[in-house]
Amino acid sequence: MIRQFIGYPLQFILLVIVQVLVLNNIQFSGYVNPFLYILFVLWLPIETPKWLVLLLSMALGLAVDVFSDTLGMHMSASIFLGFCRPYILNVLAPRDGYELNQKPSIQDLGFSWFVTYSSMCVLVHHVFLFFVEVFRFSEPFSTLGRSIASTVFTLILILITQFFYYNAEGRK
Amino acid sequence: MRNLIAFISKYSFFFLFLILEVFAFYLLFRNNNFQRTVFLNSTNKVSGNIYESYSEWTDYLDLSVVNQQLAKENSRLRENQIKAYQRLFGENIMVNDTIYKRKYFYTKAKVINNSINKQNNYITLDIGASNGVKKGMGVIGPSGVVGVVKDVSTHFSSVLSVLHRSAKISARLKNTNYFGSMQWNGENYQVGMLLDIPNHVDISKGDTIETSGYSATFPEGIVLGTILGFEKPDGENFYDISIKFINDFKHLTHVYVVKNNYQLEQQSLEEKSEEQND
Repeated sequence: MIRQFIGYPLQFILLVIVQVLVLNNIQFSGYVNPFLYILFVLWLPIETPKWLVLLLSMALGLAVDVFSDTLGMHMSASIFLGFCRPYILNVLAPRDGYELNQKPSIQDLGFSWFVTYSSMCVLVHHVFLFFVEVFRFSEPFSTLGRSIASTVFTLILILITQFFYYNAEGRK
Repeated sequence: MRNLIAFISKYSFFFLFLILEVFAFYLLFRNNNFQRTVFLNSTNKVSGNIYESYSEWTDYLDLSVVNQQLAKENSRLRENQIKAYQRLFGENIMVNDTIYKRKYFYTKAKVINNSINKQNNYITLDIGASNGVKKGMGVIGPSGVVGVVKDVSTHFSSVLSVLHRSAKISARLKNTNYFGSMQWNGENYQVGMLLDIPNHVDISKGDTIETSGYSATFPEGIVLGTILGFEKPDGENFYDISIKFINDFKHLTHVYVVKNNYQLEQQSLEEKSEEQND
């Protein structure tokens, strides 16, 4: 329990720093941006109250926005992700429901579950984010294509991070 | 009220989401130029459309003001018309730089009282002696002669309408220049009579009747009406012509008072020569 109270803020700070200092500078062919920071929302314990998820994702988006000078953009997308997360978790729930203290991670729920879960979350977030960024519906397919490409890239990063974490945990 | 609270608490998650999202978009529009301009532009499109259809409605409310402006402009244009000027002296003599000297002045006026259903109809205008209106001036409407100023007070003037048993207006046939006098028989407000046209003249239905300009009250060539029908009474030398007024006397709102600069001069000269004959 205490580890959680220290662990999650630390995750928060680390993810924001990595996002702002490293990943924001990566732009493949000017189109594809990875947004790893949402991993924080993905990793929150399943039994976290819904309102807390919303507030935390707002704080996360705000933190990223402050550093990337796009106040409100990541924030709105993150809030939307926080809003959708409970429903995605509901859809993907095992037949008997989640067990107590399960975390949405590969260790607890398996690789395929985690890939489905994170790809849905990332897609929701990215589509929202890119549409807010472009802010028009005139070229929906170009925007959609960009968000899907970025989704794939972010997903790969999330899996890599997850494996690092997994190994670190396993070694302990 | 209890239901409302229950509703809100039931969907509290959704409402929290909405509030946060609204806040996020507020920040977005506050701080990001691109999104703000796009947002403002699209809302401007919407509000522009709303304002446009709104103004289509409110334009009707301004019609009286617009009419007044148009009447003002018309009187200005009439003043500038060549008909308002008269050649001074003969054809070939130029005095200084004035070939034309102003003969007719037009003042716009508004009809504030009008009647058409009596035997002797009068029209009241909203301008009077303080605006330079004098007894005997002509009054014309948007499409033809309306009457002659009968009495003037400081701020109003009473016009003897064409629809008056004693109204006589010097009129002529447009193409032949035969002239007679136009009167009204007190029956139909749309129909008048033209007398004193000799019956050898070739006329037909639809011919235009206009002012002759002889009376010094009206400029020549102002339309009065068109010939509705005519007959040749036995034993008389003149036609009985009924004419249809072009002016709709029932809907007169804006008229022009005509001032002839030389009216007095012409009349006094004519009176003088008549007296000498007597």
